[in-house]
Amino acid sequence: MTNAIEINCATGEVIERPLTAAELTQREADAKAALDAKAADEKAAADKEAKRQAVYAKLGLTADEIAALA
Amino acid sequence: MANTYTLIASNTVGLLGSATITFSSIPSTYTDLLIKSSARTDRVNTVDYYKLKFNGTATSYSERSLNGNGSAAASENNNSTSYGFNYAIDAATATTSTFSNAEFYIPNYAGSNNKSYSTDAVTENNAATAYAAFTAGLLSNTTAITSITLESANAANFVQYSTFYLYGIKNS
Repeated sequence: MTNAIEINCATGEVIERPLTAAELTQREADAKAALDAKAADEKAAADKEAKRQAVYAKLGLTADEIAALA
Repeated sequence: MANTYTLIASNTVGLLGSATITFSSIPSTYTDLLIKSSARTDRVNTVDYYKLKFNGTATSYSERSLNGNGSAAASENNNSTSYGFNYAIDAATATTSTFSNAEFYIPNYAGSNNKSYSTDAVTENNAATAYAAFTAGLLSNTTAITSITLESANAANFVQYSTFYLYGIKNS
């Protein structure tokens, strides 16, 4: 069972209840979107780094020279 | 300048864990809000991500974040997302019984302008890989904030002994 905790700041009451079916569905959709967004960000970063390395290679820089630019 | 911190409410997660933590019916009598958390989730990974929603709103969040993982740093832009992010909660394969620290700051939460917020979190892990994340965010919605929900962006659960404290801040 997956629970939700709600703390009512006006009354101090704490309600602990199972997630509704709609909440469970939304949670799964959000999780997929989060993973997709993170994967897209990581791919974009990897692509950018690959392009950077390609430029370094084209310029014929040594590893020390590349490190000096970082 | 803010010079008072008043504890509005707090919660320590019990044995069953919890998918979401919601502070509701937040009074409008402060200028700013601050949540401090010490949390861990049961995601099968070393790290999990916070998902942050105000008033249950699921649209119009924009963010800029800086993240580090112990070996590399990265920055990200997230526009028009359905919730706010922070990329640093201890998860199931982090060192046993360690918890991440986080702060969520929401200035002018009860006003009638769009809502800005910032987050700051670090994980604890007895290994080279540990995460730190900072976020500057904007919710393009002018409604006063009366509820805040925190949960795992990977559909995991906060584990027992995770703690959440909501403070109200004002300058008098």
